[in-house]
Amino acid sequence: MSEQDYLKDISEIKNLMNRSSRFISLSGLSGILAGIYALMGAAVAYWLVTNSGRDYMILDGKVFQLLMLDLFLVGFLSVVTAIYFTTKKAKKAGVKVWDDLTKRLLINFLIPLVAGGIYILIILGQQKYGQTGGLMLIFYGLALVNASKYTIGKIRYLGYVEIVLGLIGAWLPGYGFWLWVLGFGVMHIIYGAIMMVQEKKS
Amino acid sequence: MGIIDNINKLFDHRIRLGIMSILVVNDDADFNRLKELLDVTDGNLASHLKALEKEEYILVEKQFIGRKPNTRYSATKLGKAEFRKHISALEKLIKKK
Repeated sequence: MSEQDYLKDISEIKNLMNRSSRFISLSGLSGILAGIYALMGAAVAYWLVTNSGRDYMILDGKVFQLLMLDLFLVGFLSVVTAIYFTTKKAKKAGVKVWDDLTKRLLINFLIPLVAGGIYILIILGQQKYGQTGGLMLIFYGLALVNASKYTIGKIRYLGYVEIVLGLIGAWLPGYGFWLWVLGFGVMHIIYGAIMMVQEKKS
Repeated sequence: MGIIDNINKLFDHRIRLGIMSILVVNDDADFNRLKELLDVTDGNLASHLKALEKEEYILVEKQFIGRKPNTRYSATKLGKAEFRKHISALEKLIKKK
């Protein structure tokens, strides 16, 4: 075989790997946008809490409800953005969005996330607010690591970072909010930017 | 010699190489999914799968979904290791020239 054949083999391999585990194409842009939503959401949350007449993070009645709405909007917008860009990319590549792989990716992503969400709601009901930020980071990180089996992207490493930040948050509950900002805001933007650079290269 | 040793004859065919590429990044895949991704005929795909199965590079599991038979394929440890060796040999060959 000539050098040309080897090169062709390698590009064929890469192409098949990408198409068969396509969720590498959770595009970099949707990562960056998710990070920006998280930062905006955090800014709103910060404003809400500092204007609630207390200078520390104890949540009651109305402020708490607004915070939950804020959080819900951040999550909702991130998911919608990810679906939008992924669908667009999949259409461009001429592949189906909803197939065997997508289903498995989603199920594996959701198991730790839903379990964590329910757990957090339960301990919020017991007025244990301090751990919320850390717990969200840990369960989200576990969800990423669990879903990473179905991608060849570097989502696994993002997951590890989130887990470590979450554990720091458990250790220093007072910094939960800032670790949340770092994990969901800054880290998504950094990850998205790295992905975008890689997408441009290939 | 060294590098040539690691070039695996079995992966010299495009379809077998394709099957392995898919199976190393997925836990498993069924016959139709492989067919769809590789764009080959039933008979063609089946014969290449047989060849890989014979060398124990892939594992074949037959099951039923309802009444329809469904065959799932996954890469074995041996298959994955051989595939990795093959790829790094390819890469070295390209760099050398």
